[in-house]
Amino acid sequence: MFDLWEKIKQTLPMGTSAGFTGGVVHSNQHKRTAGQAIIACPLPELLIHPVKQHIGDPCEPMVEVGERVLKGQMIAKAQGYISVPVHASTSGTVEKIEEHTIPHPSGLGLTSIFIKPDGLDEVDESLHPLPNYRSVDAAELRERIRNAGIAGLGGAVFPTFVKLVKDQKNPIETVILNGIECEPWLTCDHQLMLEKAHEIISGMDIILHLVGAEKGIIAIEDNKPDAVEMMQKTLQEMGLNEHVQVQVLPTRYPQGGEKQLIQALTGKEVPAGQLPMHIGVLSTNVGTSKAIYDAVCLGEPLTERVITVSGDAAAKPSNMLVRLGTSMHFLLEQCGVSSFEDIKVMHGGPMMGELLSQDDVPVVKGSNGILAMQKRSIMRAHFDEEPCIRCGDCGDVCPAGLMPNLLASHCKENQFERAEDYNLFDCIECGACSYVCPAHIPLVHYFRYGKGQVAQIQREKAFAEESRIRSEKRDARLAKELAEKEEKRRIAREKKEARAKALAEKEAAEKAVVDKDSAEQASAEQTDKPEVKADDKPAEDKA
Amino acid sequence: MIFLSSPHMHGGNNIQLTMFSVIIALIPAAMVSVFLYGWLAVFILTTCIGVSLATEYFVLKWQGKDTQRVWDGSAGLTGLLLALVLPAAVPWWMAVFAAVFAIVLGKQLYGGLGHNPFNPALAARVVLLISFPVQMTSWIVPMHMDASLDMYSFTTSLKFFFLGPDAVQQTWDAITMASPLGYLKTELGQGVTVTEALVNYHYSTLHAFIGREAGSLGEGSALALLMGGIWLMARHTISWHIPISYLLTMAVLAGLFNLINPDVYAPPMFHLLAGGLILCAFFMATDPVSSPSSGIGKIVFGIGCGVLTWVIRTFGNYPEGAMFAVVLMNMATPLIDYYVRPRVYGHKRGKQS
Repeated sequence: MFDLWEKIKQTLPMGTSAGFTGGVVHSNQHKRTAGQAIIACPLPELLIHPVKQHIGDPCEPMVEVGERVLKGQMIAKAQGYISVPVHASTSGTVEKIEEHTIPHPSGLGLTSIFIKPDGLDEVDESLHPLPNYRSVDAAELRERIRNAGIAGLGGAVFPTFVKLVKDQKNPIETVILNGIECEPWLTCDHQLMLEKAHEIISGMDIILHLVGAEKGIIAIEDNKPDAVEMMQKTLQEMGLNEHVQVQVLPTRYPQGGEKQLIQALTGKEVPAGQLPMHIGVLSTNVGTSKAIYDAVCLGEPLTERVITVSGDAAAKPSNMLVRLGTSMHFLLEQCGVSSFEDIKVMHGGPMMGELLSQDDVPVVKGSNGILAMQKRSIMRAHFDEEPCIRCGDCGDVCPAGLMPNLLASHCKENQFERAEDYNLFDCIECGACSYVCPAHIPLVHYFRYGKGQVAQIQREKAFAEESRIRSEKRDARLAKELAEKEEKRRIAREKKEARAKALAEKEAAEKAVVDKDSAEQASAEQTDKPEVKADDKPAEDKA
Repeated sequence: MIFLSSPHMHGGNNIQLTMFSVIIALIPAAMVSVFLYGWLAVFILTTCIGVSLATEYFVLKWQGKDTQRVWDGSAGLTGLLLALVLPAAVPWWMAVFAAVFAIVLGKQLYGGLGHNPFNPALAARVVLLISFPVQMTSWIVPMHMDASLDMYSFTTSLKFFFLGPDAVQQTWDAITMASPLGYLKTELGQGVTVTEALVNYHYSTLHAFIGREAGSLGEGSALALLMGGIWLMARHTISWHIPISYLLTMAVLAGLFNLINPDVYAPPMFHLLAGGLILCAFFMATDPVSSPSSGIGKIVFGIGCGVLTWVIRTFGNYPEGAMFAVVLMNMATPLIDYYVRPRVYGHKRGKQS
């Protein structure tokens, strides 16, 4: 209770030997499914595969309606670099390809491939197993991992192959396997570590091989001692305990956040605007590691994952092995949710997960937990907002070191420049601030609003800038045209003047000649005779 | 159903819980005040708390706000804190004025809870001290010091509280005495050394610690205040930053100057236990609304309070500087929050964005 010294150490710059900035401690009471064996979810009547289940560009469907597909067959191919394909999770026929709601709070839809299972579960054998991966070229391994559709299964779903590069400029020294699972309620990674330790560690070995790293760390919180023991035992059995070590960390949220975990393990921070690879670190979730093993050693693409199906409205909460594309409604029914009247379905954990507006959405690669929560328990977490008493608890728990109360008030007052000055974009939206706020201020909500508004303003600014440049160009063009016209006119005028002058001169000259002529004529008329005389003169001269 | 943003879980802390924790932490100090000044303390405590709550209720009603807010504990806490910084000699109307001032001008005028730039109780105390310096620096002789003095029975106290010293056939001089800080200030002005002055006063560090010296109601016992303050720190209701940096600065400054010239500068232990320092450090300066919100900002705030308190006590006209220091630093809070920020993850200190 009295951790004054710990608090002092956190505030003072006394070196970060262990731990990360801020954080909150959750009790273990919500981990209802801890220690429950993974059970396979039955085959549903319909599987729905959205074409984008990762961060990056959406895939392009490559099957036709009515076509028969096999389990593990690629049904949508990657588009662009940051993209991974989607595979059918059982054999059956493509029923339709149309828009369907995806697990997102907006309730928006996305092109999805509907597969009617035929119950045979026939496997596509085209990807052959590759147990001796060390003999294979790194580029080929990466391509295989990409083609298996693997993206970060911890929830961020960033295409994994992108991270698995051996870069001379940024060599990876440490590979971190994230078995933290700090969200309350969720236990799927915990159970996976207990049941698939060998596969997880093999997957890590593949990563170590791929990036040429020497050192591996498996990070587990101290509320999972059985997983720690299991991983240590397996490492010893596999003879990897010299390179890879299990590190036990005190339970604290959000330790599973990539940046926080790196800080807790290495004491180093990922510099703003950079990636973990820039400080020689790569981190992946344990589930992703297992998926890499499956793809490389067994030749199985990512078609299923372990999900914690729980919540205070689930009568039979469990850790389930679920085919991607299974409807959450179906899944919850398997776990004893009979009435969907007074419950809200949550996708992910309670701290960072989202409440879904409907429950017939499919399980995707990023689904680590599906929670059926009583409406009243959700409402208990969303009390009416009271005035901020500036207690600063939010700042104490912020893992990014922000001042959330000031940040939120700036966002609320639409003072986005101020908010950016207070590092709005360094917020990782972990929700620790809202969790501890005594005034029940939905701080994270304000940050999301602020980020959205800033993005909007930037878009508008960019547009305005474009318009400004366009208008300036137009002005310049008009000015140029005007100048050209002016020049032409000037030249024309000059020419005209020159011509006029020339003409005038000519006329003057002519006139002069005429004058002279007339004068001569006149004088000739006057002195006709002498002229003759004059004419005579040259003759005389000549003579 | 309306759109709800994550997190969908809450730690269970709320404003009422925070305020009532502080109230509970102040109970030992309030009990000591009753022990020292008998019924007088009871009258002042009940008047301040009652008037604060009533004023809060009427202001909320007048503003058309939810009158249930009166029970969030903040108005009650303001009343309690106010009573604890008043001397036992204040008449009823002064207590009422102070409580009304604290709630109306100290808090609600700025927009109510969470918007006041100053600690309302301290702001009211400062106004009283400047307006009524005599009553505010007259300290009733504590009960245990002069048992023969007929001041502490229910009826005498009631008469004194409502009608003044004449009603109980007493003169100011007979019932009041100097506080250690005030006495030291006067004596130092007359060229007496610190040690001599403290001996003449019969000053005892132990008495100052457990609470047997004259002073404002709640500032007598460092022990009772520390009990409450440390309990609050252990519960994380208040953070350690302000009390520790405040007291440490005070101790270091006083110690340093005491080493240089012990005849003119009082020793650090005297400074720490005297006057309202501990009360201010644990309960006034830590008022979340009027202090900076980041840990590092709180340390700066505490250091500022410490320096100002020592400077006012040593060089100022008033014997006690703790509350002036806190009110002055309250003014600096927005600046501290702007310029002193915690280092953001992945950024270098001092460099913004």
